[in-house]
Amino acid sequence: MSPVVELEDVRKSFGSLEVLKGVSFSVERGQVAALIGQSGSGKSTALRCMDRLETIQGGRLTVCGHALHEPGVKLSDLRRDVGIVFQGYNLFPHLTVAQNVMLAPRLVRKMSKAQAKDRAEQVLARVGLAEKLGAYPEQLSGGQQQRVAIARGLAMEPKLMLFDEVTSALDPQLTGEVLRVIEQLASEGMTMVLVTHEMEFARRVADRIVYMHLGKVHESGGPEILTRPATPELARFLEAA
Amino acid sequence: MTYTFDFWPVLERWPLLLKGTLVTLELTLITTALGILLGSVGAVLRTGGPRPVRAFVAVYVEVIRNTPLLIQAYFLIFGLASAGLRLPILFGAALALTINVAAYTTEIVRAGIESIHRGQTEAAECLGLSRLQVYLHVIIRPALERVYPSLASQYVLLMLFSSIVSAVGVDELFGMANRIQSDTFRNFEVFVVVGAIYLVLSVVVRFGFWLVGQALFPRRRKLGTAL
Repeated sequence: MSPVVELEDVRKSFGSLEVLKGVSFSVERGQVAALIGQSGSGKSTALRCMDRLETIQGGRLTVCGHALHEPGVKLSDLRRDVGIVFQGYNLFPHLTVAQNVMLAPRLVRKMSKAQAKDRAEQVLARVGLAEKLGAYPEQLSGGQQQRVAIARGLAMEPKLMLFDEVTSALDPQLTGEVLRVIEQLASEGMTMVLVTHEMEFARRVADRIVYMHLGKVHESGGPEILTRPATPELARFLEAA
Repeated sequence: MTYTFDFWPVLERWPLLLKGTLVTLELTLITTALGILLGSVGAVLRTGGPRPVRAFVAVYVEVIRNTPLLIQAYFLIFGLASAGLRLPILFGAALALTINVAAYTTEIVRAGIESIHRGQTEAAECLGLSRLQVYLHVIIRPALERVYPSLASQYVLLMLFSSIVSAVGVDELFGMANRIQSDTFRNFEVFVVVGAIYLVLSVVVRFGFWLVGQALFPRRRKLGTAL
């Protein structure tokens, strides 16, 4: 069985700045991969490439069977299979929690209102927010908003979930409630790639750690590399973190 | 200098005033609906359309905003008539007002659209929404909500400056005022009365906008906060 995500020598530049200088790694079905590294190491860019928010300029990138390095990728097909959660939540402020979650199932999956409502109730219960259906995003805490954003992604039943520094905007108290949801998804077997600064969390949840440094994968392996790093760069990074 | 006010000759012509008021309201209503529709489409094309379309909209907006409405109305009604295309006067007037106000609306709504954070579009696209769906469900509504007070002001203005189309022969409120004035020579009284009617109409237009806003923006109705 081929990996859910596979990067081979992926390259990406913004103008004259080369951000990804030949990145290779893969994520198998059911695995949780954590991308770690300093700011500017290219980890968020790598993640955004996986949902085609950025286009790659070299190498091969396959996500859920969609070859993103080939011209003519059908974005709508890719995005049926991939869910993404952002650092800034990006909930739709004019819609209630339920409407935020129901929007894509209704418009993209063409569900009836009742079906979409059922789906919304179900995924919001999974993130512990069943009682917030009628609230507006601004009435929720950051942690609650981020859990709604996760539920919104889950409602589309993706095969892969991407998390882009989803706890970076939260204080430590609220971080916990979001991480618990992600941990639960991991235990249910969801394939996930997360860009994170939470080393303790990565150690606990990730099957695979990918340490990026200066636009390349500098070191990767199981969670044990966080305790016994092989390269001095990762050791120094972990010390500072 | 003494002047004796006598409102009776003006007030006894109330059927004319009523008819003028109704024409003004009719013009305002049609033009508001079309103006907001066209202005929103213009704003979407101006921000997200293909390059030549964007340029076309930009030129339209600048030409309209930088020439007098009166000339635009003359052009549409008398200009086109001498070229052989005769528009019914009321239709021509409504068209001129619509074309005019849609240009201002385009700019107002564009400001709203540009205030929507890029992350909103990204999130919607990543959920699989098409470009049109993103505009309809994620961009336009909050954009309109943000600029709604400016829109309301613009359309009160529209109602007020619809008086200009009396110059092309539309019997709206101001046209009727002129007619009563030349019948009665009670200039002072006519403009006091008509001014008062315009004042009431302004309140009516604002109230209409408030009502529509209540229906269109449930979040604001419930929370009362700005988006």
